[in-house]
Amino acid sequence: MKNRRLRNGRGGVLALPALLLAPFFALAAPQEQVEADTTETITAIPLGYIKQEVKRPIPLSRLNAEPGDIGVAGAEIALKDNNTTGLFTKQRFSLEVETVPVGGNALAALDKLMQNGNRFILVDAPAEILLQLADAAKGKDVLLFNVRATDVSLRQENCRANVLHTAPDRAMLADALAQYLIWKKWPRWLVVKGVFPEDRAYLEALHRAATRFGGVIVEEREFAETPGARRSDTGQLQIQRQMPVFTQGAPDYDVLVVADEREVFGPYLPYRTWDPRPVAGTAGLQAMSWHPAHEQWGATQMQNRFQRSAKRFMLPVDYQAWLAVRAVGEAASRVNPADFAAMNAFLRSDKLELAAFKGQKVTFRKWDGQLRQPIIVAGPDMPVSMSPQEGFLHQHAAADTLGIDEPESKCKFE
Amino acid sequence: MELKSLGCTILGAAFLLGGPACPALAYTVYVSNEKGNSITVLDSATFEILQTIPVGQRPRGIILTKDGKHLLICASDDDTIQVLDVAKREIVGDLPSGPDPELLNLHPSGSPVYVANEDDNLLTVIDLDSKTVLAEVIVGVEPEGVGVSPDGKTVVVTSETTNMAHFIDTESFELTDNVLVGSRPRFAEFTADGSRVWVTSEVAGVVSVIDAKTRKIIKTIGFAIPGVQPEYIQPVGVRVTKDGAKVFVALGPANRVAVIDGNTLEVETYLLVGHRVWQLALTPDEKLLFTTNGNSNDVSVIDVPNLKVIKSIPVGSAPWGVAVSPE
Repeated sequence: MKNRRLRNGRGGVLALPALLLAPFFALAAPQEQVEADTTETITAIPLGYIKQEVKRPIPLSRLNAEPGDIGVAGAEIALKDNNTTGLFTKQRFSLEVETVPVGGNALAALDKLMQNGNRFILVDAPAEILLQLADAAKGKDVLLFNVRATDVSLRQENCRANVLHTAPDRAMLADALAQYLIWKKWPRWLVVKGVFPEDRAYLEALHRAATRFGGVIVEEREFAETPGARRSDTGQLQIQRQMPVFTQGAPDYDVLVVADEREVFGPYLPYRTWDPRPVAGTAGLQAMSWHPAHEQWGATQMQNRFQRSAKRFMLPVDYQAWLAVRAVGEAASRVNPADFAAMNAFLRSDKLELAAFKGQKVTFRKWDGQLRQPIIVAGPDMPVSMSPQEGFLHQHAAADTLGIDEPESKCKFE
Repeated sequence: MELKSLGCTILGAAFLLGGPACPALAYTVYVSNEKGNSITVLDSATFEILQTIPVGQRPRGIILTKDGKHLLICASDDDTIQVLDVAKREIVGDLPSGPDPELLNLHPSGSPVYVANEDDNLLTVIDLDSKTVLAEVIVGVEPEGVGVSPDGKTVVVTSETTNMAHFIDTESFELTDNVLVGSRPRFAEFTADGSRVWVTSEVAGVVSVIDAKTRKIIKTIGFAIPGVQPEYIQPVGVRVTKDGAKVFVALGPANRVAVIDGNTLEVETYLLVGHRVWQLALTPDEKLLFTTNGNSNDVSVIDVPNLKVIKSIPVGSAPWGVAVSPE
């Protein structure tokens, strides 16, 4: 790296001897270059990240175990992207991560991040903690980004003026799936629901989607079994006999839609239904903001960058954190990042043109702070489609056919 | 030339009933098929497919060398640039492009070749004769479009995530200016007189016209097509006629090519082509414009003087890049 030359912070240049074919070591870390540059003023833009740890059940499939660095890994990639741009705009982004253990004090983490000058703070936490944080930050020059919680209430009666949501809510996810099922002419759904509050919340979103787009729920069946031991040597044989019986005798239906967010039984249903029917919902065909095999709209480069850095596949929460950090980066390249009011206004305006590998710019909805974005509908291996689907029309933006639209919004920012 | 003129006359006669008058000289048109991993070779006079040549994986940007003897092909998934001998119609070598080459352009003298490495935030400069890397210039995230000034002194690279047009001095390889443009800039094209640079922004849905001297944006041009949702208007390829009077912009999933008056900078009309139009190439006589339509697997042919789409030619799977022989 000795022969790398720095030129006034405008980006490095590597002049190679004509015969030296060593193109790969030229990749210089952007941060290094900015630090090495003392001739021009660099604007610091510090970002915070609160990761509230949550006790999660062990997923049924080993493949679905959550990586320890989920979310943070996505934020770090976006930070690199921002800092490469920062080379040219004389800006330096940093990320301070506060991990809060189960039962820990998230408010203390917020205080610390605010004291350290972080005005843009990503939050990976359940809804009730996100609300506490939002209320604690009220009136301060601080903007929170919800990168995880899918609760519709956070965009409705419990919306907060200082929170933007890069995570889609259950209404968007259910609408995206429902549009595809209707497009596929599979309107009759047999619903199998779990017993937990989040299952009921997803079910509510499914009902709303069915009403909006013409789906019919032919029957709802509750899978009452509570989670016990996840693995036992005889488990598979039992399941193979139980699931067909459980789904027997249903009214005529096209697709089984499962509402089981904690993964208690959902992944057991595909290939085991009494009638040969596809499975969708929280298992089988699912709606999500990002899939590790999504390669449309330039996403290949994003997947490559992420995998090189994190040594694993990119997951929805990673993408949602990436979106938040990139949104701040994009705003900082267009308005003065030191002016919080200008940044806040720009982020919420139509001027934000965030390229997000979805084939259209993504922006935040003015009425509830929810990111307006197309949603991927995918099977386990690959994306199947992206909603909004053709033919679902909207007077302003097709993506607003997903989730809570302005006329039905109950959100009132104070 | 005489033979070609004769061919033109015969063809002109054949076209008398309804077709355009003597359409053009017979050039050879090359189309890269991104998913088909092949190059389709077309005749510009008969619109017949002469040959389909299997090449490396995910061929995208293509360009003919100035002598017209070789076609350089960015084989993105093979991390190389393949060299196709156009007389033999076979691959005869490759260039050390660095990872994931997507678009490329040539110095007016014929060498070096400038390559955008989309995955690596680099512009790689390769000497064509010695096939060696002369320099790697660090640019913004996801570099793609590469424009070269007619005097060969400046290269403009667009970076899709950084949203800039980077002006690079071809002698020192220094970045002299970074112009912030609309979101996801994909293509940069100098006018023939070197006074302006046209840069398309796919996600913003606009084209920026940059003054090549002051490096300031003269105008940002938006598009509005009745019946087409604004989010489907995604400008990618752009070509300017030699006199600077007409500018053609491929609008991606809007399935249109916009025609802009190069003097007033106003949109004149939109021409309906195939689905997801990516790149454009004019014949040297500027009678015809070929467009690659990625989602309908065809090439549309536009009659430039009459601004009419006259033909659709099925090619390989997911056509992306297009180049036309100099004669």
